[in-house]
Amino acid sequence: MRRRPWAIGFVIFLGLVLSGGGYAAATNVVQAEVSSADQVAEGRKLFLANCASCHGSNGEGAIGGPSLIGVGAASVDFQVGTGRMPGQASGPQLYKKPVQFTEEQISAMAAYVASLAPGPAIPDAEYLRTTGDDIDMTHGSELFRINCAMCHNAVGAGGALTQGKFAPALGGVTEKHIYEAMVTGPQNMPVFNDANLTPEDKRDIIAYLKYVEEADSVGGYELASIGPVAEGLFVWIFGLGFIIAITVWLGAKAN
Amino acid sequence: MSTNTEQKPTTFIGGAANYLDERLSLGGVLKNFGRKVFPDHWSFMLGEVAMYSFVVLLISGTFLTFFYQPSMASVHYEGSYAPLKGAEMSIAYASSLDISFDIRGGLLMRQVHHWAALLFVAAAGLHMLRVFFTGAFRKPRELNWLVGFFLFLAAMGGGFTGYSLPDDLLSGNGLRIIDGMLKAIPFIGPSISSGLFGGEFPGDEIVARLYSLHIMIIPALIIVLLAVHLMMVIIHKHTHYSGPGKTDENVVGFPLMPVYVAKAGGFFFLVFGVLMAIAATFTINPIWNYGPYDPSPVSAGTQPDWYIGWLDGALRLAPSRMDVELLGVVLPFGVLLPLVISLAFLAVVAAYPFIEKWVTGDDREHHVLDRPRNAPTRTAIGAAGVMFYAVLWAGASTDLIATNFQMNLNQVLTSMQILLIIGPVIAYWVTKRACLALQRKDREIALHGRETGRVVRLPHGEYIEVHEQVDKYELWKLVDFKDYQPTLARPNAQGKITLGSKIRAALSSFYFEDRIAPVSKAEYELAHADHSPAPSVEKPKRKPRELVGKK
Repeated sequence: MRRRPWAIGFVIFLGLVLSGGGYAAATNVVQAEVSSADQVAEGRKLFLANCASCHGSNGEGAIGGPSLIGVGAASVDFQVGTGRMPGQASGPQLYKKPVQFTEEQISAMAAYVASLAPGPAIPDAEYLRTTGDDIDMTHGSELFRINCAMCHNAVGAGGALTQGKFAPALGGVTEKHIYEAMVTGPQNMPVFNDANLTPEDKRDIIAYLKYVEEADSVGGYELASIGPVAEGLFVWIFGLGFIIAITVWLGAKAN
Repeated sequence: MSTNTEQKPTTFIGGAANYLDERLSLGGVLKNFGRKVFPDHWSFMLGEVAMYSFVVLLISGTFLTFFYQPSMASVHYEGSYAPLKGAEMSIAYASSLDISFDIRGGLLMRQVHHWAALLFVAAAGLHMLRVFFTGAFRKPRELNWLVGFFLFLAAMGGGFTGYSLPDDLLSGNGLRIIDGMLKAIPFIGPSISSGLFGGEFPGDEIVARLYSLHIMIIPALIIVLLAVHLMMVIIHKHTHYSGPGKTDENVVGFPLMPVYVAKAGGFFFLVFGVLMAIAATFTINPIWNYGPYDPSPVSAGTQPDWYIGWLDGALRLAPSRMDVELLGVVLPFGVLLPLVISLAFLAVVAAYPFIEKWVTGDDREHHVLDRPRNAPTRTAIGAAGVMFYAVLWAGASTDLIATNFQMNLNQVLTSMQILLIIGPVIAYWVTKRACLALQRKDREIALHGRETGRVVRLPHGEYIEVHEQVDKYELWKLVDFKDYQPTLARPNAQGKITLGSKIRAALSSFYFEDRIAPVSKAEYELAHADHSPAPSVEKPKRKPRELVGKK
C-alpha cells in the first residue's frame, strides 16, 4: 500500500487539531460574554499603544514580555485591573500600583487578548458569591491551607519566595481578582485550573478569605497576623519595656 | 522558743501571733528572715518579674486544665467558629477551640497564659544578662548561676511543650522540626523519635505525653529549681552596686519586712495587671487561623515562639547540601551542625563562671557588682554572645524580614550567615574599645573633674578652663573596682610548664592585657596637689541612709 508523503503530514495535522482543539474545548470556561467586534478593535488600539512594546504588536511576546496568546481575558483583567500592568520596571516580581485604565478600557483589552486564542475567561458572578447555603467555608479553609497557605500564610498575610519574589497579602483583593489569579497563575503563582480546583472549590476558598478579612478579631489587635515573630517582638519591646519602666519607678529613691 | 510568758498579748492579732509562735516558733524565723537586707535597684527586680510571670502561668494554667483534653482522637468540630464547622480534628484542638470560643473567659485565660509564658522567658533571659554583665556570678554564686541556667532551659522546655498542646497546624509544624532534628542524630536518632512519638510521626500519643511534661514534670522542676535559686540568694545575700559604705563584707539596703514584702507584693500585682491588660487587648497564637494539624500543609510565616527562635534560626542559616554518607548512614550536617553549635553555645553559657574563675584565679568572695565597663573583656565576650544569639534569633524570621521590607530572601539569608560569623567579632571589638574608652573617661573625671566649658582669664592673663570636681559618692563609683593583671605561665612542682598553665596564661593575657588601672590614692593626690579644695579619697564619714546589714 502506497502513501503519499503529505498524507502522513496531514494525519499528524489532523491529530493535532483534534487533540488540541478537544483539550481547549474541555479545559476552557465558556466565554462569559460575547465581545463585539468594536470592542475588540478598541482593545487592539489600546493594546498597540500601551502593551505592544513588550508583548509584541500581535501579542506574540517580545524582549521583556511574554506572549499573550491564549492567556485569556481573565489574565488581562487581573494584571491590568490590579495595576500590575502596564509594568513599571522589570524585576523579580511586579508590585500592585494604582490602576491605569477604566473598566471599559480593561474590558476592551481583555476582549482583544481573548480574541487571539481561547483562554480563561473573566469568572461568572455565580462563583464570586461569598454567602449562600451551598458555600462550604470549612472546605474552603481546608483547601486554602493545603494549596495556598504555604506561600500566602494561613490567613493570607503574604509570604516570601526565593530571590526577591513574594506571595502578596490577600487582604483587600476583590473576589474576581482572587478567582482570576487562581485560574491564570500570574507571575510566580501556579495555575489552579478547573480540574485541580473546581469553580465551586475556588468559590469556597474566596468565601473563607472574605470571612477572615471581614470578621472581627476575637482576641484583640492582631499584630498583623504574622504569627509568633510579631508576638515575640511585642513582648520584648512593649511588655518587658513597660515592666522595666515600672521597675525603674519602684527602684527610684524616694527623695 | 517563746519563753517570755509574762506579757500576755491583749489584741486579737497579738493573740493569734502568740498562738502560732508558741506552736511553730515563727518568731525566730520571722526575726531572722524579716531583717534580711536587700539592696534597691531596678535591675535587681528582673528575676522577680520572671517569678511573678510564673505565678501567673500557674494560675491561668490551672484554669486551662479544667477544659483542655489532651487526646489525639479524631472528632468533627461542632463549636462556634464558622470556618471550621464540621472539620475533622483532634479532640485536643477542638477543646482548645472551645476554650477560645465557647468557654466564658477561656480566650482571655489562654492569652494571658501565653503572654505570661513569653514574658517569663524574656524576663529570665534579661535577668541572666544582668547577672552576667555585672559579674554577679562570681564566687560564691557560681552554683546559683548553674541553677538559673537550668531554670532557663526548663522555662524553654515548658514553653515548647505548651506551644505544642493545641495540636494546630503551627505547633504541629514545630513538632515536625523536632522530629526531623531527632532523626538526624546518627544511629540512635530514629529510635529516639519513635520512642517519643510512640511510632512514626505524628502518631496519636505525643500530645498526651507533652501534656504530662507540661503540667507536671516541668512545672515541678521549675518550682524545685526556683526554691533552690531563692534559697541560695538568702544564703549568699544579695549583691549590691559599688558605692560609699558598700563592701564585699556587707549588704546595704532595706529589710525584707516590711519594705520588700510590701514592694514585692505590689510589684506582683503590677506584673499581673500588665499581663492581663496585654492579654485583653492583643491576640496571641490565634489557633483558629492555623487550622487543625495535618502533616501535609505548612503555612508561610511558620515560626516558633521567640525563645525557640534562635534554634529555628540556626537551622535556617545552616548551609544546605551538607549530607555525608558514612558506613551506609547519611549524616545530615545541615541539621547536625546547628544542633551541635546550639548545644556548644549553651555549654559555654553554663560554664562561663568557672572559666572566668580559672583564668583570673581569683578566690575571693565578690558581693560588690562590677560596672560592665570595668570588666572590658567579659563585657565584650557577653556582647559577642548576645550578637551571636541575636543573629540566630533574627535568622528565624528571614522570610518575614524579606516580605515586610521588600528584600530578597536569599540575600537576607546570606547576609545573616555572614553576620553570624563576623557579627560577634565586631561586637566584641567595639564593646571592648567602648569599655576601655569609658574607663579612660572615668579616670579623667576622677583625676581632673568634669569639664564645665567655662574658660576664665586670671588677673595675670592666664586662661584656664574650670573643672568641676565630682563629689565623694560619685568618685567612689569611679575608682572602686578590682584591677587584674595578666598572669604568667609558671612551672609546677616538677619544674614543668604544663599545657594547662600555658592556656591559662594565654587566656589571662587575652583578658587583662588591655586594661585601665583604677585611680590610685597617690595619683589622685598628685592630680589635686595644686587644686583646692581637694576632696579626700578616704571613705566618707557619713553613713548612708540605708540600713547596713551584717554579713
